[in-house]
Amino acid sequence: MGDTDDYIKPVRTVFVTVGTTCFDALVKAVDTHEFKRELFARGYTHLLIQMGRGSYIPTKSTGEDGSLVVDFFTFSSSIADNLRSASLVISHAGSGSIFETLRLRKPLIVVVNEDLMDNHQSELAEELAERKHLFCARPQTLYQTIATMNLESLLPYTIQVMLQQLLSL
Amino acid sequence: MEKGNGCCFSAMTSNPTILVLVTIITVILTRVLYIMYQSGKPLHNTAPQSVSTLIVLGSGGHTAEMLNLLSMLQKDRFTPRFYIAAATDNMSLQKAHLMEKSLVDMTGGEALESAQFMQIYRSREVGQSYITSVVTTIIAIAHALWIMIKIRPQVILCNGPGTCLPLCVIAFLFKVVGIRWSSTFYVESIARVRRLSLSGLLLYKLHMADQFFVQWPQLQKKYPRAHYVGCLM
Repeated sequence: MGDTDDYIKPVRTVFVTVGTTCFDALVKAVDTHEFKRELFARGYTHLLIQMGRGSYIPTKSTGEDGSLVVDFFTFSSSIADNLRSASLVISHAGSGSIFETLRLRKPLIVVVNEDLMDNHQSELAEELAERKHLFCARPQTLYQTIATMNLESLLPYTIQVMLQQLLSL
Repeated sequence: MEKGNGCCFSAMTSNPTILVLVTIITVILTRVLYIMYQSGKPLHNTAPQSVSTLIVLGSGGHTAEMLNLLSMLQKDRFTPRFYIAAATDNMSLQKAHLMEKSLVDMTGGEALESAQFMQIYRSREVGQSYITSVVTTIIAIAHALWIMIKIRPQVILCNGPGTCLPLCVIAFLFKVVGIRWSSTFYVESIARVRRLSLSGLLLYKLHMADQFFVQWPQLQKKYPRAHYVGCLM
């Protein structure tokens, strides 16, 4: 017994963020047993959920039974620290969270909220997924994405400025 | 006979009024077309001087993008700066204030004095009924007009929130009337990859933006008068 206790697994956190929106479908999707089991199997130790204005409360877990540690909160003035300490980020499709995560060079899965009326947000996520800067999923395909993703295939994102255009301003 | 005479008579008396009306409409139309034609010409005469700039902020990522864009521009050229955000949006002006403050800290100058922050009424809040929104739209337009008369900016910078539309239309009307010659720079949000936003589409189609920028090459192909400026986020 002492042997296993001495072995400390490195903390690898999956951070889920919905921003200021209400996105229960995403919180529900990450709160399933099979999803958490898959994360644990892939070497992640913690799951931290920023649930925003949603009403679905995920189940907390201290991970004492040798499984994923699960915790959640509603809002925070800045999620920069959460993003920085995360090993994988699962985010809603808002441009703010997307670019903040990409700038920190963190692997990112963007989950598009299909319940939004004006769903132009999926455009950005799909384009960046096509350019291999992130993975794009829907709540119902998130498990599939996690199970099949290859983080090595992602390319770092860089700002692209056409300087002569900008200087004409 | 009598009827015919009366008809002739009334046609003769109304002829001058029709003539005046036609002339006025022609003059206005020519002026509008001239303004549209002149739009898009760079600010040659004001190039070395600083220009008073109205910066329209908006929620949903717009503010972050605008402040990011500003960080790339020569700030001393765009001075003084007037930041404007919807009255219900507390965060945007706070963020702009923070950025201006960090500018002061960096340069040690009096930059903050050249920045002003103001709020504008929105024509319609999410979920508001259509009947009351007629009234609030009128109030919002009057408020926008009041702000524009007060500031009379030389440059308007906007990137798509609904609040920018009345301000851009008023700026265009100021040009038509001759109150103030301003330049409207529109930078479409990076979130728009395949289609323009409603504000962007209207400003593009109505030739109201002097310079129209997009952040994705496929959008530039679709709207050839737009300039591809790269991904700025």
